[in-house]
Amino acid sequence: MPSANELKQRIEEALPGSVAAVEDLTGGGDHFRAEVVSDRFEGLTRIQQHKLIYDVFGDEVGGAIHALSIKTQTPGDGR
Amino acid sequence: MTNDEIRTFIDNAIKENKVMLFMKGTPEQPACGFSMRASGALNELGVQYAALDILPDPRIRQELSELSGWPTIPQLFVNGELVGGSDIVLEMYESGELAALLGVAQPDDVQVPKPDVQQSQAPIGLENRLN
Repeated sequence: MPSANELKQRIEEALPGSVAAVEDLTGGGDHFRAEVVSDRFEGLTRIQQHKLIYDVFGDEVGGAIHALSIKTQTPGDGR
Repeated sequence: MTNDEIRTFIDNAIKENKVMLFMKGTPEQPACGFSMRASGALNELGVQYAALDILPDPRIRQELSELSGWPTIPQLFVNGELVGGSDIVLEMYESGELAALLGVAQPDDVQVPKPDVQQSQAPIGLENRLN
């Protein structure tokens, strides 16, 4: 069963220089929320940004990871 | 139905409906909090949309995700293009981008349905066992 910390590390390894905050929404190790800041998102659509995160986990999304809620930002976003 | 027939059905649904939502459950009875938020945003904007429940046959989700390259449900298509899943739909709803894309007025008071994540676990678990 994946942990929030494991997801955070895998995102940050896959997207060098990124900062990820991952929360286990239910404490059950299957519903997660990831907020990721990376300059890799620069110039990409939201769809492309979210796909970069989904791609880190492949088939695990929908499998061991039932739900992965994503919010992406670039370092320049003042949001 | 063969997998090819399911794929063709999905493809046609996306092409024939200006606003097409693939979800778990129905707009009246969503079976997952994420699907509820996506259909809820469309309901709040008062737009007409078509919705397909992906739960009756696990192959619907498999074929849809292969077609769209998007792994999760819900998936919203507008004018034949994938707009996104529930996170993107909600972000765009709150910012007014979704209203602009759909050509409707942004409500003065943006109401976002807040699902109980715990409640959404049962149908998600059931679907994964089917897979």
